[in-house]
Amino acid sequence: MSEAGVSEQERAEADMLRVSNLEKRFGGIVAVDGASFEIERGTITGLIGPNGAGKSTVFNLITGVYNPDAGRVIFEGEDVTGLRPYQLVDRGLVRTFQISRELSGMTVLENMLLAFDDQLGESLWRTVVPGVRRSIVEQERALLERVWETLELFEIDHLAHEDAANLSGGQRKLLELSRALLTDPEMLLLDEPMAGVNPTLEKKLLERIHELRSQGYTFLLVEHDMDVIMNNCETVIVMHQGRVLSRGSPEEIQADERVIEAYLGGEI
Amino acid sequence: MTRDTPFEPDGGDGPGAFLLNADARPRWLDDVVIIGKATLVVYGLFIGLGLAAGLDFNGIVSTLQQVTLLATSFALVALALNLHWGYTGLFNIGIAGFMAVGAYTMALVTAAPDATFPGLGLPLWIGVLAGLAAAALVGFVVALPALRLRADYFAIVTLAFAEVIRLVYNSSALQEFDLLGVELGTGGGQGMSFPNLRNTVSRRLMYVDGDPTAGPSLVGRPFLAIGDALELSPSVVEGWVYTAVLVVLVAFVFVVITWIGNSPFGRVLKAIREDELAARSLGKNTDRVKIKVFMLGCAFMGLAGMVWQGRRGYVDPNLFLPIITFYIFIALIIGGSGSNTGSVVGALLFAGLLFEGPPFVQRIVDATFDLPRPPTVYDGVIALGDLDPMPLLGYAVGELPNLRFVLFGVVLIALMIYRPDGILGHRNEPASPLDLTKERPPRERDPASPEGGESDE
Repeated sequence: MSEAGVSEQERAEADMLRVSNLEKRFGGIVAVDGASFEIERGTITGLIGPNGAGKSTVFNLITGVYNPDAGRVIFEGEDVTGLRPYQLVDRGLVRTFQISRELSGMTVLENMLLAFDDQLGESLWRTVVPGVRRSIVEQERALLERVWETLELFEIDHLAHEDAANLSGGQRKLLELSRALLTDPEMLLLDEPMAGVNPTLEKKLLERIHELRSQGYTFLLVEHDMDVIMNNCETVIVMHQGRVLSRGSPEEIQADERVIEAYLGGEI
Repeated sequence: MTRDTPFEPDGGDGPGAFLLNADARPRWLDDVVIIGKATLVVYGLFIGLGLAAGLDFNGIVSTLQQVTLLATSFALVALALNLHWGYTGLFNIGIAGFMAVGAYTMALVTAAPDATFPGLGLPLWIGVLAGLAAAALVGFVVALPALRLRADYFAIVTLAFAEVIRLVYNSSALQEFDLLGVELGTGGGQGMSFPNLRNTVSRRLMYVDGDPTAGPSLVGRPFLAIGDALELSPSVVEGWVYTAVLVVLVAFVFVVITWIGNSPFGRVLKAIREDELAARSLGKNTDRVKIKVFMLGCAFMGLAGMVWQGRRGYVDPNLFLPIITFYIFIALIIGGSGSNTGSVVGALLFAGLLFEGPPFVQRIVDATFDLPRPPTVYDGVIALGDLDPMPLLGYAVGELPNLRFVLFGVVLIALMIYRPDGILGHRNEPASPLDLTKERPPRERDPASPEGGESDE
């Protein structure tokens, strides 16, 4: 008994994220019906499934946008079920959105600077006390250097002064990803990061994601483009009707009859 | 700076060159220039009209004082609203209520204990502090439940709350009441009296110990000297001193709100305005930020309630009708929401041209021409049949103070069509303590420039 308990704990520590028996109902519709899966540290995992399978709801449940009706979310061995989005970001769990949520009336620089956690100047009194204000200015200069580094890495530094509203779809995705990085995350949840991105930018985005993974970041992607999933993820999780239908390597998933049936709408 | 220095179109580098070159001018100086221009427009108009009407010098100076007082009062509230609506996107249409809380709290704290409607009889400065605190506290109480609502429902809650506050002060139940054994009273619909803020403040500043017979104080001396030299009446000088205090208050609030806006905190405000979920997903506790900023704006609104509607040492519920809120919105829309300079310019133009202008024109026309004043518009229209436009014109002039409201509407519609962002709303106010527009990526920086020196290659 005790041996099983220890190995359970060890497994939990190796996992970045564990989701167990998540449930969410909207009125009479059961969007997520007991979904359970684990994400290993330092991997890229793909979450796929036909429309209405509950992928986005699972994302929202993990990131605190919705509270689950039942089930647990364990992040780095800690129960984070029901925490608010900003609390999850503090712990290193950061997401991007299917329809990118760049802050359109703000410039790219402002968007990026917003991401840093615990900025001195985010407390109201520091912004208005003359002597203390100097420390904010100094911190801002230091942060700005990191912003420029990241913008150059993502090759969008030439857009720094543009309003985010003027960016193309792909550039917005790059902005969202680079902005998410500045929050100092452990794990990034990307909701359809390739939607509306042209092939050149897509390649660039994927290169960045692989580079970041090799630096130790963990990724969970929801994506409809099967090529992207099969060529880039170590593990693929397939959802269907609010549950996890299958989990395995891309090859295993491609050979799984049930997955093919789910996509083709057959009975299972 | 000597006379033989040739004019250099791209600025030169002598001191004062920034005055000529708009690009080199620091932002705050730009703001001062814009506000100065708007003041000149309004003053020019009133001086011109005053001269045309044959007002004497004292009368013109007094008129300018009244216009300035109203403009600064509007500016104070417009700045507070800009913090709520322009920066954070909080659609607060309960401004009048928060002003009422400030003014009534001051009244209750400072009114004499033996007055008809008694107060605590404490000094004015305690009253002002109490008013600020009370307005912020009421802001907190409103914010807690209301900030969970979507923008439009939030607006409805603030409007309803403001009306509740006004009706509470109007209620005869609170005309006189007992609070923990202390007799207090708001006077209900009759309103309540308390020490006159305007006179107390201006006399405190102008005379030794606030006593006109004890001689002028250090601050009062220049004012009284100018007043004497220009042969102004003492009451006009006192009015100007109080107005000057309001100008200083507006400048203070302007700087505070600008600093808040140009900071990481202001960046979070801007992000909340643009997309609150995105801000939360970047780790910002938006609820706490919204509550803080709402309370601060409400405190400024309470301050405006005290120094504007409460300045005469008398408050009643009719001073805080919802229409005040909408005046402020018009001022901010004219100036451009999101811009502090726009808030002040909008307040100046609204108070001067739209609000005080028409009644002033009416007074002048009345004094200069002998127009008939028919009792109804029909008499005017009927007279048109006899090809006599005078009765209709006279009627229109007589109704100018009411025709203002038509003017407000026309101006708003014209703005929506031709300048939906207001006069200065298009200006990008960077949400950073640094001027981000001047920042360059490290590889583009000039190696000779002081900041870029070490980071090149």
